[in-house]
Amino acid sequence: MPLLAARGINVVYVPASGARVWAVRDTDLTLEPGEFVGIVGESGCGKSTLGYALTRMLRPPARIESGTISFDGTDISALDGEPLRRQRRGGFALVLQSGMNALNPVRTVRHQFGDVMKAHVRPGDDTAPAGIARRSAALLEAVGLDGGVLHRFAHELSGGMRQRVAIALALALEPRLIVFDEPTTALDVIVQQAVLQTIKDLQRDRGFTAILISHDLGAVLSATDRVVVMYAGRIVEDQPAAALLRGAHHPYTEALIGCYADPRGDVIQLRGIPGTPPDLSQPASRARPAVLTQHACSFAPRCALAEDICREQDPPLTPLGAGRAACHVRAKAPEASHAG
Amino acid sequence: MPADISPEVAAAGRPEPDGRAARAAAVPELTATAVSKTYRGHDRTRVLAVDDVSFTIPPGAAVSLVGASGSGKSTLARLITGSERPTSGSITFGDLTVSRLRPGVQRRLHRQVQMVFQDPYGALNPLHTVAYTLMRPGQNFLGLTAAQARDRARELLETVGLSPADQFAAKLPHQLSGGQRQRVVIARALACDPGLIVADEPVSMLDVSLRAGVLSLLADLRLRRGLSLLYITHDLLSARAITDQVLVLHQGRVVERGETSEVLRHPRDQYTIRLLEAIPNPFSRPGNHVTR
Amino acid sequence: MSVSIRGCADERPDRSQMTTITAVPPPDGADTAIAAPGRVSRVLPGPVRFVARAVSTLWSNGKARAGLIILGVIVVVAIFAPWLAPHSPTATNFTPYSGPTSVNWLGTTGDGQDVFSQLIYGARVSLLVGLGAGALATAVAVTLGLLAGYRPGVVDGVIGFVTNLALVIPALPLMIILAAYLQGRSVWTIVLVVAFTSWATGARVIRSQTATLRTREFVTSAAFSGERTLRVAFREILPNMTSLVAASFFAAATAAVLAEASLEFLGLGNPTTVSWGTILYAAQQQNALLTGQWLMVFAPGLAIVLLMVSLTLINFGVDALSNPRLREK
Repeated sequence: MPLLAARGINVVYVPASGARVWAVRDTDLTLEPGEFVGIVGESGCGKSTLGYALTRMLRPPARIESGTISFDGTDISALDGEPLRRQRRGGFALVLQSGMNALNPVRTVRHQFGDVMKAHVRPGDDTAPAGIARRSAALLEAVGLDGGVLHRFAHELSGGMRQRVAIALALALEPRLIVFDEPTTALDVIVQQAVLQTIKDLQRDRGFTAILISHDLGAVLSATDRVVVMYAGRIVEDQPAAALLRGAHHPYTEALIGCYADPRGDVIQLRGIPGTPPDLSQPASRARPAVLTQHACSFAPRCALAEDICREQDPPLTPLGAGRAACHVRAKAPEASHAG
Repeated sequence: MPADISPEVAAAGRPEPDGRAARAAAVPELTATAVSKTYRGHDRTRVLAVDDVSFTIPPGAAVSLVGASGSGKSTLARLITGSERPTSGSITFGDLTVSRLRPGVQRRLHRQVQMVFQDPYGALNPLHTVAYTLMRPGQNFLGLTAAQARDRARELLETVGLSPADQFAAKLPHQLSGGQRQRVVIARALACDPGLIVADEPVSMLDVSLRAGVLSLLADLRLRRGLSLLYITHDLLSARAITDQVLVLHQGRVVERGETSEVLRHPRDQYTIRLLEAIPNPFSRPGNHVTR
Repeated sequence: MSVSIRGCADERPDRSQMTTITAVPPPDGADTAIAAPGRVSRVLPGPVRFVARAVSTLWSNGKARAGLIILGVIVVVAIFAPWLAPHSPTATNFTPYSGPTSVNWLGTTGDGQDVFSQLIYGARVSLLVGLGAGALATAVAVTLGLLAGYRPGVVDGVIGFVTNLALVIPALPLMIILAAYLQGRSVWTIVLVVAFTSWATGARVIRSQTATLRTREFVTSAAFSGERTLRVAFREILPNMTSLVAASFFAAATAAVLAEASLEFLGLGNPTTVSWGTILYAAQQQNALLTGQWLMVFAPGLAIVLLMVSLTLINFGVDALSNPRLREK
């Protein structure tokens, strides 16, 4: 049975005044237990919103307009308040973007572990101060930090160390699912690589299901088993990482792959993707549609392969290759895809 | 020896080699000699952020300073731009001694040495329009009137690819994307026609897909205007793409230096090798990325 | 061996972004995007536009709106006092010490003056002193706070010392002493005395916020753009503290209203001034509560409270003033 099954998710931001923004549109995602999935896309594509929606962490003015989410068989889309808190206890955890800034600046690391462990007490948990210290030290060790970190404050730690503390905090309640939202964004390459390796090792050793959200496809491909690419609020490609390394199906994924180059090569070509992602806001009007219906492929203006049908019809996400992709052109001729 | 010119720049027409040479002659050389900087912490601990660093940036050159966080590269940037004074050693830019500047003289330095910052979300005053931000350097350094400064602001917007300029001029920072903001920051750095631009991790906080655009903009501008570029980064790949010379910093010391392409293909120092291997590149040989 | 970069030199303008997504077509009757909050005509001059936008921002907050309405009523009463008051406030041709009658709705003072008219005219002094002293105190607080926060070291040390001194000395006793010793008692004396004793809290808060903003990169960039220190402090940092300054102002004004009433009540103001405080002073002198002239005590008291409450309510809405979205054209 899949651990997480989301169907038809639509997430909308409704500010007090101004345009509504359709951040995630008609998205289906299924995760098997123990899977390590990466969600990739440019800023504003909805990947963080999707991550927050799946773990029911969205706050107003954002809300899930429609769709169902079931976690381990239980429908959590309608849960709220205490039942939702209980679900969080052993269910899922979220490592926030710049998780390092999520640490309380005026309390030591030890207190923060204490807060988490005392807030969610499971039967058999040792909540005596000595027990908490022991459990915390073990978690820090798991992420590669020394036990002495417990007595430090957030500002005394480097960026990479703070990120590791955030990850350790997420592990504290042994969740079944952890969502890492851009864990490496503000870190330099060496620390980035180390943190990703830590996440990868933890996932393998402890077997939790993990979602890694990032705009860095290279980082995601090197760590995850499966990659989901989002564009303009929708999933445009969903493939096993190994398959993507051999060849992408969607032109957007290809373009993203093309942004990377081998530093030791003779020819170094740094490429970007011309243009910018579309604006997903809907001008305020009297009509408030339940879903934002689209009549063209969002990527068409930036796509080298765009044909007439791309400007008339939004391509559905269909099985393609080892996974799925949403492209009219490639759906017709799957063998045309090539390695990036 | 400048890197080969990209097809775009060549196609755009002459990069004005004569103008470049004449301009390069007017731009002074930046020289750092045995520069060190020590910080004293509250608990009387001393941190040696920069340790005996020496280098020069010849007129019109593109040099990169590569290192991880804590290597001292941002400290060096602040020392070069006069925001801080070194504990020992000297930094000269032409006839200006940067390391011994009095506050009043700092303005003279900023006229020649400008900075592009890392965080596009913090580098622009959220309450000022793009036009205002771009007009100020012209009014302050070049004595332009408001009307002249406004025209110049429009020109600058076009130069950095934010077109049509009138549409962007009236915008506030929160109405722009990260890449657009960074272009505005670059436009501001160009506004007073400086001789040296210090770019401190200008693309680290941008999406990977946007980096090439901003970097190519920096490279093109440097070639067309003959200014010197100091590019600070933790990413050797982008350093290779837009600079000719590289200095690798580790714990405040220069551990390796040379021509960028050479250093990348035959790195000698352990740390340089570490940096190379850490570059996210899943398509290269195994061992160069996170082990599966 | 070659190096080349291909990137997007041009950012596509917004119009290309709108063509691909169309919402379900709206019903007949074209819809236009609703204007951003606080959209104000560009015809008005800058400062007027700023105030207009500020007011409309405050209006959108429920509590602030209530405060604005109450304050508006008081201001209208103050401005149109000659038309609203049934009699002259200083005319002494009424029966003294009388309770509420059809002629004197709130009774009369010991000198035979109509209390109701005094109440209406009194709004002028209370508003003047309250808002005036509040503004003066805030101006001092902003200047000193900005300078201290922006220039650490000696300047910060000196200003900090003076601020601490001002904070330590109790305000009311100091006000009483100053008012008692100053020659030429007038409303302006009160304004100065009140402002002099209430700038310190605001200065401290503004100094801290300035010190925080000073490290932001846009402040450093302003220096790189050639801006001089004063301009950076007042044109770069200060606008980002609008909410804080507004909050300081309303807090200072609230305190000033009460301080003015207190001073007048204690007889330290000019007894010939017509203000809510002097009505209370007169009420105390003639033992109004004992003689049954309840209204003479409660009416000005209630008026003072209403004014203070309105200012405090408006203070609930100032957080939004620093939001850059309000400056959208």
